[in-house]
Amino acid sequence: MDFLNALVALANFVIVPGLAYGAQLAIGALGVTLIYGILRFSNFAHGDTMAFGTMATILATWGMQSYGISFGPLPTALLALPFGIAATALMLLGTDRVVYRFYRAQKAKPVILVIVSMGVMFIMNGVVRFIIGVRDIRFADGERFIISARDFKEMTGLREGLAIKTTQAITVVVAFVVVAALFYFLNRTRTGKSMRAFSDNEDLALLSGINPEHVVRVTWLIVAALATVAGVLYGLDKSFKAFTYFQLLLPIFASAVVGGLGNPLGAIGGGFVIAFSEVTITYAWKKVAVYLLPEQLEPTGLVQLLSTDYKFAVSFAILVVVLLFKPTGLFKGQSL
Amino acid sequence: MSDAVKTPLYFACVVLLIVGTGIVQGWNSALLILNMGLISAIMSLGVNLQWGFAGLFNIGIMGFVALGGLAAVLTAMPPVTEAWAAGGLRVLSGLAIGAATVIGAIFAYRHLAGRTRTGILLVLLIGGFFLFRAVFDAGVAAVEAVNPASTGYLGGLGLPVIIGWPLGGVIAAGAAWIIGKAALGLRSDYLAIATLGIAEIVINIMKNEDWLSRGVKNVIGLPRPVPLEVDLQADPGFVAQAADLGLDPVLASTLYVKLAYGALFAIVLVILLWLAQKALNSPWGRMMRAIRDNEVAAEAMGKDVTARHLQVFILGSAICGIAGAMMTTLDGQLTPTSYQPLRFTFLVWVMVIVGGSGNNFGAVLGGFVIWWLWVQVEPIGLALMNLITMGMADGSFLKQHLIEAAAHMRLLTMGTILLLVLRFSPRGLLPQR
Amino acid sequence: MAEPFLIGDKMTGGYGAGPDILHDCTIAVERGEIAVIVGPNGAGKSTAMKALFGMLHLNGGAVRLDGETIDALSPQERVVKGMGFVPQTANIFTSMTVEENLEMGAFIRSDDFSDTMTQIYDLFPILKEKRNQAAGELSGGQRQQVAVGRALMTQPKVLMLDEPTAGVSPIVMDELFDRIIEVARTGIPILMVEQNARQALEIADKGFVLVQGRNAHTGTGKELLADADVRRSFLGG
Repeated sequence: MDFLNALVALANFVIVPGLAYGAQLAIGALGVTLIYGILRFSNFAHGDTMAFGTMATILATWGMQSYGISFGPLPTALLALPFGIAATALMLLGTDRVVYRFYRAQKAKPVILVIVSMGVMFIMNGVVRFIIGVRDIRFADGERFIISARDFKEMTGLREGLAIKTTQAITVVVAFVVVAALFYFLNRTRTGKSMRAFSDNEDLALLSGINPEHVVRVTWLIVAALATVAGVLYGLDKSFKAFTYFQLLLPIFASAVVGGLGNPLGAIGGGFVIAFSEVTITYAWKKVAVYLLPEQLEPTGLVQLLSTDYKFAVSFAILVVVLLFKPTGLFKGQSL
Repeated sequence: MSDAVKTPLYFACVVLLIVGTGIVQGWNSALLILNMGLISAIMSLGVNLQWGFAGLFNIGIMGFVALGGLAAVLTAMPPVTEAWAAGGLRVLSGLAIGAATVIGAIFAYRHLAGRTRTGILLVLLIGGFFLFRAVFDAGVAAVEAVNPASTGYLGGLGLPVIIGWPLGGVIAAGAAWIIGKAALGLRSDYLAIATLGIAEIVINIMKNEDWLSRGVKNVIGLPRPVPLEVDLQADPGFVAQAADLGLDPVLASTLYVKLAYGALFAIVLVILLWLAQKALNSPWGRMMRAIRDNEVAAEAMGKDVTARHLQVFILGSAICGIAGAMMTTLDGQLTPTSYQPLRFTFLVWVMVIVGGSGNNFGAVLGGFVIWWLWVQVEPIGLALMNLITMGMADGSFLKQHLIEAAAHMRLLTMGTILLLVLRFSPRGLLPQR
Repeated sequence: MAEPFLIGDKMTGGYGAGPDILHDCTIAVERGEIAVIVGPNGAGKSTAMKALFGMLHLNGGAVRLDGETIDALSPQERVVKGMGFVPQTANIFTSMTVEENLEMGAFIRSDDFSDTMTQIYDLFPILKEKRNQAAGELSGGQRQQVAVGRALMTQPKVLMLDEPTAGVSPIVMDELFDRIIEVARTGIPILMVEQNARQALEIADKGFVLVQGRNAHTGTGKELLADADVRRSFLGG
């Protein structure tokens, strides 16, 4: 029984939140890695792109709610998601047209594009703050739990409860669908293959008649979808705040780098590596330990390796270790 | 227009901006802008050293600035003897254990191999970590329990705050060394990501390690290198002099203090600018630029590119640290929550790019101009919004929203300026010669 | 005499605004023939081929394909016109499978290209065997076959190969030459740049010996192999 209790506690505090957070990071990192693979720069505006997409979705959600539209037990934001993606896609395509295309034509160095993306980040951040403000916004509605801790305890008779929030389940399901769709697109469709070809060998892709501008446009469309989905899932799970999304840049980049920049499978792996490291290292293991260890050995402290305030330090430490020992990323395989 | 004309002309414009501010908004505001402009110029100089000279992309400026601020506190605040007695040694020995663990692990990694290495590393790291936590945590708890409302930290050395400025440089240089070792020599993007990370962590540490920096409780009342306004107002000599100039003693004292700060900062800026110019035109500076322009060729000529990059990265970060210490001195307090990356990292980048990367005078110019704009955009934005919404009904949602949103005009403006300069004048106001 | 199928007539030019590398250089390939460009290092062999393909700026001369002047066309447009080009390096998509490489070769085609793919698998049986393997994992000779196969997917009217045997072992080189002859037998004219002059001239119908960007000798493969001057200067006696 104690073992089961320990397992449930572990699932409740580590596995479920880790899966959800990992899925969010993975989708974010996929966006970063896609841009890196095709446009060949690290997009520092990605966190703010996510914020923009989420903001657009929130506005659409509010609109729907005011007309009394709801999605039953599921959050209305899922219905609003296509609007958010569309708005983000328009914004990204516009940005590309006005800003990035010029530098592409110039064949500017990647670092210049990174600085340019910094300017874009400023503007996006400003726009988001301008439109929706800086406060914390919760926009999840519908059923809060699939299974609450109390129900679980009643059902199983265990002392520990396992709560699964609707948003967590949605995160994992949506992430799975998005990733499956993306990989189908990249590996099975003509356009997807042409994107991989472009990322692999730009000159040869041009020789083969692949239109770079088309590839870039499709990339931005996909990035818009990925960024909005990642942002909305994160916002549903936690809450929306412009600054938090900017801060997500670090774990997202860490995920992408750990997986190997430009490698989509790596981005997903990296997302979960970062998420689980963060959760396990900042989790107070006392609860689990109490069930597993004999009474004399029970810990007095929280058995927390690092306080949750240092969760960024975890992503960072992993990032640095990977940079030091394996700068091409932990995951082998194709780059895009 | 030649540089010889352009440089003084642009700087004259800056003087005009500040004097104009003084006339329109009052001399206190103008001097405030001037002082922060001086500090911004120093930060900008540091970043220009990294980017303009060597092409290194550092977006962790905020972290180095914050470390400088911490150095000012650690230098100038009086030591809290009770806290030291309660747990000071424990904290220090905890830190020593932590450091020894890391050094031991590095040593083991370098000198052992195979399974033995993995085993020893694991034992060292895990054992070291728990030993560190056991010693350190108790010390921290003891220190933080000492009068938490007013101290609850170890305090500083009680030395004159000015000593904290170079110390800020030294601490920032140490952090830069660690980052540089890890990320230099890889793609430029990796350095950017690594610096972004270290900056967040520095701020996290300052927010959470109360024994060190009082965390979010802030350290206030930092000793100052210049007299207090109230002391000046109580000094009959000063009051008399102020009266001679036809000034109110309160106003005179605030202006006097700001001018004194300004003079100190100006001295530092001039020294650093002079050194940066010397460096730029020295063989070392030429080599740096050669490396920046063609890394492969420089490497082929036998230059150790990574080592040179490490040097310049450390120097630039140290300058940011000095500026950070100066800024905390000016503020008279350390508020870890006030460090925002958009304000301290990205704004400095706008300064460097707009001023003219690779040109020290350009960087300084950019520091002043962009700081002035940063301060003035908000009132201008508000005025603009008031103008736009003039026709709207009072209390209408849109009007209220627009006026509230004016506060966010800054980011929009800065982003737009950065993009416009990058696009239409990528070499900045004062291009590199 | 009818004009050759593809001709770079008296080409003069260089890269961008740089100095001229080619001087009055003429390269041509007739229908159903193999033409090779040979010459010492730095003679401008690859440059001449790139000029034909529109990758550098011509200050003089013209390029005609099937009688039509194509000077104004970009390399991509020349692909559409029926020129297939295999660059010397980075000529495959390493992270993609062999089959995907061929598919990408056919990117500009909107018709059904499965026949062409079958033909290519017949020409290069090893590719069929490794069709689902990443091209980057193949050996040097196999990669070159992928590269040639990719270029053939557009069903080009002329195929241009830039040093197809660079960096492969002599045995593999012989095999590659055999394959190239087979491709030529399907009726596609082939123009190639070769470092291994002797072997190349042996299979060539026409040879162009370039020295410092100029035509030094031109003739049939046999003539050039027999020419004492050519033998002495760079065939090693």
